[in-house]
Amino acid sequence: MKPAPFQYHAPRSLQEAVAILAQVAPADGRVLAGGQSLVPIMAFRLARPSHLVDINGIEALARLAVENGKLCIGACVRHAAFERPVVEGPLGRLLAMVVRHIAHSPIRARGTFCGSIAHADPASEWCALVAALDGEIVATSVRGARVIAAGQFFAGIMATALAEDEVLTEVRLPLLAPDTRCGFYEFNRRAGDFALAMAVVHFRLVEGRMFKPRVAIGGAETHPRRVAAAEAALAANAPSPRVFADAAARAARDVEPLEDAQTNAQYRRELVVAVTRRALEAAL
Amino acid sequence: MTQRAAIVLNLNGVDHAISVEPRRTLADAIRDDCGLTGTHIGCEHGVCGACTIIVAGEAVRSCLMFAVQADGKRIRTVEGLADGEQLHPLQEAFIAHHALQCGFCTPGFLMLSLHALERDPDLGDEELLDLLASNLCRCTGYQNIVKAVRGAAAVMRAGVVR
Amino acid sequence: MSAGVAVPTGWVGRSLRRIEDPALVRGSGRFTSDLPAALWVRFVRSPVAAGKILRIVAPPGARMVTAADLAAVGPIRPMLHKFNYVPIEQRVLAADVVRFVGEPLAAILAPSREEAEDLAERVHVEIDATSAIVDAYAAIAAGAPLVHAQARGNIIVDARVATPGFAAASAAARHRVRLRIRSRRQNALPLEPRAAHAAWDPVERRIILHCSTQMPHLMRTIIAQLIGMAESGLRVIAPDVGGGFGQKMSLAAEYVVVAWLARSLRTSVAWTEDRRENLIASFHARDQHIDLEGMFDDAARLVALRADVLANVGAYACYPTTGAVEALMAMAEMPGPYDVRDYSCTARGVLTHTCPMAPYRGVSRPVITFAIERLMDKAAAAFGIDAPTIRRRNLVRAFPYTTATGLVFDEASYVETMDAAVLAADLPAFRARQAAARLQGRYLGIGMSTFCERTGYGTPAFAARGMDVTPGWETVVLGIDPSGCVEARIGSSPHGQGLRTALSQIIADELGVSPERVTVVHGDTDRTPYGWGTFASRSLVIAGGAALMAARKVRAKLIGMAADLLEAAPEDIVLGDGVARVSGTDRAMAIDALARAAYHQTHRFKGTFAPGLAESATYDPPGTFSNACHIALVEVDIETGRVGIEKFLVAEDAGRLINPMIVDGQIHGGVAQGIANALYEEVIYDAGGDILTATLADYLPPTAREIPPIALHHRETLTEASLTKAKGVGEGGTIGAPAALINAVNDALAPFGVSIDEIPATPQRIRDALRAAAAAKA
Repeated sequence: MKPAPFQYHAPRSLQEAVAILAQVAPADGRVLAGGQSLVPIMAFRLARPSHLVDINGIEALARLAVENGKLCIGACVRHAAFERPVVEGPLGRLLAMVVRHIAHSPIRARGTFCGSIAHADPASEWCALVAALDGEIVATSVRGARVIAAGQFFAGIMATALAEDEVLTEVRLPLLAPDTRCGFYEFNRRAGDFALAMAVVHFRLVEGRMFKPRVAIGGAETHPRRVAAAEAALAANAPSPRVFADAAARAARDVEPLEDAQTNAQYRRELVVAVTRRALEAAL
Repeated sequence: MTQRAAIVLNLNGVDHAISVEPRRTLADAIRDDCGLTGTHIGCEHGVCGACTIIVAGEAVRSCLMFAVQADGKRIRTVEGLADGEQLHPLQEAFIAHHALQCGFCTPGFLMLSLHALERDPDLGDEELLDLLASNLCRCTGYQNIVKAVRGAAAVMRAGVVR
Repeated sequence: MSAGVAVPTGWVGRSLRRIEDPALVRGSGRFTSDLPAALWVRFVRSPVAAGKILRIVAPPGARMVTAADLAAVGPIRPMLHKFNYVPIEQRVLAADVVRFVGEPLAAILAPSREEAEDLAERVHVEIDATSAIVDAYAAIAAGAPLVHAQARGNIIVDARVATPGFAAASAAARHRVRLRIRSRRQNALPLEPRAAHAAWDPVERRIILHCSTQMPHLMRTIIAQLIGMAESGLRVIAPDVGGGFGQKMSLAAEYVVVAWLARSLRTSVAWTEDRRENLIASFHARDQHIDLEGMFDDAARLVALRADVLANVGAYACYPTTGAVEALMAMAEMPGPYDVRDYSCTARGVLTHTCPMAPYRGVSRPVITFAIERLMDKAAAAFGIDAPTIRRRNLVRAFPYTTATGLVFDEASYVETMDAAVLAADLPAFRARQAAARLQGRYLGIGMSTFCERTGYGTPAFAARGMDVTPGWETVVLGIDPSGCVEARIGSSPHGQGLRTALSQIIADELGVSPERVTVVHGDTDRTPYGWGTFASRSLVIAGGAALMAARKVRAKLIGMAADLLEAAPEDIVLGDGVARVSGTDRAMAIDALARAAYHQTHRFKGTFAPGLAESATYDPPGTFSNACHIALVEVDIETGRVGIEKFLVAEDAGRLINPMIVDGQIHGGVAQGIANALYEEVIYDAGGDILTATLADYLPPTAREIPPIALHHRETLTEASLTKAKGVGEGGTIGAPAALINAVNDALAPFGVSIDEIPATPQRIRDALRAAAAAKA
């Protein structure tokens, strides 16, 4: 289980990085950030990039800042950065709530938020969160930078809208209004494992009713996404066990569950009911 | 033609100048190129944690980093834990609480715990379980590892050593 | 006879810190893969489960060996002379035919592991795939393809036993309880994968093989035999071994190849198994189906038991225990700790195109204990009595007791241990809590298992299986050198059990020295007497007994010499604190000085004593039965199927505790593996024989989060069946845990009328059962 050989590049600037990537991408050159997903699949030789462009030395990409009402997360910001709220208010708390479920502490010390988004594992917690928050993904190449909406970004199992020569340089998450309620629940077999199903929810509570509810399901389908049917079941309703159960049932009906050796579709659908309802309950 | 890189790994304060292929993992470089075999390799895909070490102040899986990425960085491995004959409180506690049997996972658990306790010796019970769930042990059922790390935390809180 | 726990008067009984630990916590332990090698081996493995090998072509410039190069190396052919056993052969590299995904086909050599892997993946392998058989029932179905032509119906062993009175007792029984249980396949998963390092010693002109093994002496025997060389030309060293759990007691074909390569190439050659190889191609275990029927009288007493065991043994037989080991263990010990006079059992081992089965901690007994304990709970429900009550009515109480299969249970405490566990669990309080929780839609459950396990058994037990290789005894050579240091050289081969520490305590008490003066040497065929190794909960009992015998001989000689030199009667000599003393006087002599005299001043004994202070002893005991009761408290999340373990409790009687700390550690680790068996770990094949659990993201050993606090209670029944009065304790934790947990899960789910009889009881299986039960009701 040793990776196949590759050429290593350690650019010091983004400009240098995208220039190298433009050259090596056609020969399966890839970006190396935290490496916590890429290196294992290289060890199994399921990925065998001929070049790795290591962006860890690019200081500008370690940026974590609030700009124009958005939290801007640079490509080299590690998972561990979110263990304590990075911004005041619900968003910082939600990030801190979710990050505890991502693998284990040594993985969080190294793995990056943006790397998770670029890798797009169906069961990535950050991907579900970005979907729930309608985050924006900034992709940079020698051709310039473009912003991709979360709804357009995830394309399938480990498939995204990123072009092969693009570096995912930043993810932007909208700050949440102070009265936003957030919830997260995931089901996995062991602590730290990828979830079989998860839900990220948030809504504002205005005069006792749910306003702008968002329900994103992860782990259950090829990629995480918001489930409109579930959101509709919540909108303008007061939170109640019945309303939550209805939204959860709708979410479960709406998903097309992935199946694998240990998880059949019916079971996964049942899990979607459970995680959705529990995430909603947690949000209260 | 295979690319090789000349790098320096600073292991427990000692520089090791080595030449490696970029694909060489940090774990392999420490063991094979630098000859420090206390860091063990149990899965090579980041799950078991036997290879956990401290790089630039962070506990990481050394099987999931390439040696070239650690060039010039300060690295701590299990060999640097004791001060000569004087064992570190964590090592003492692992012996006193029978927190090891075959000893293969032990260096990883020691370095994982060392990093966490140096950062926060007041780690709560739940946080401690979350932390220790990072690594696998096949012998102890974790019972005595939990006790040992708790015991060492008390000693480290008291500031007896370092 | 039996009581709580004795207060120690000497070193035995104390939780001494382990001698083994300082090196290991410093990272200065030495494991096989720590050794540098000139050449590294990468095995090219079969990508298909069944097929004919057409071609294996190495990339240009690569050094590769295949079966053709190893024509002179004999096949592995484990043999059993009973129970219709069909011997089958395994070439160390597959020749002509492949029989499981991962089977080694060729070995590639290169100066580094990376290069070897690069070359290995460029080897061109052409195999004409044939249809594969994965499931045991499919394998015995008419017309199934044969894994080995000589094993008709794919049956490698077909054992049957029935007591003369079985038919009558069964026919007369008024109550019958029947169940089918399924145990899915598991991997022992030592954290250190297997590894071998063979080096040619140009001076002595022989091979030194370091390998991660539980049986260094037998490895030397079989590897030399297969290669066709003198055993003296091979030295086997088991250095620090990073866990075995049975997986490393069986011969790895890869080790033979590595030794052969070093001998052929006159260099050092190494192989370290990677985790993927370990998951797909080391050894698996526990893949069984059991059909069990209990016949009870009106008082809920088990009068007859019928069992049908089908064990999937994979594609080849393991050496030395053969492909019969699980089936025969199941047959011999199915009735468990219960007094049942009539018994009938069919136990078959079935070949399939899957990774070979080998012993894994507990060997069958986690599965059969699960079966009989589910039966007891089902019977209790049928009779309307509780779990402890039905067990109390059936547990063996008088010892020695000869079972229906002829095993002899030595003194033990089946009822007392169970009662202690039940008391500690506080059943009434739990039932109240359970009832309250159910009102809130939460489902708590309690489950128990009672069992006994044969431990520390010698040759008669293995001979009863008809094994060609019949393990059992252990030899200890114990000497005091002229400086007064004690050295015990043992044939057994511990690998994490702390045996060096425990033996030093036994020896120190006997010789009147401190344990620090005692060195225990193991794991090196050059330095230790022939012996079997560490497996089957035996080393402390058997090597401990042999150490005690050898120490007594040395003690007798020391006393005799002291009596001579101190001019006293031998019965007046007392050994202690490193000194031989004449009781009631101030006349004394340091043991160091006696040792010196034994070598350098032999003239002083005027021929009464032979020179030196070394003695040897061999112990071959009948075996002794440990017993325990496990109780699990769980909560089942009925919506997701997740089982949370609130508490796990073990009451154990392992006889005298030599080092209680070590005993507790063995139970903790065993229970953790039992929990893994019950709830988490499962090797999964697809229908074509491809393995789907080849990473630790798919095969799920539990972490510190999944293993709850384990509370332990001890009793010490002092048995005559063990010289040290210690019983074996290595496997018990694993044996009892699955049954207790699954009984607890079923107790929690009692309101739903489901019966979970399959392990691991994954969340999905629990949900499937609940859903099916709901559908049946609707």
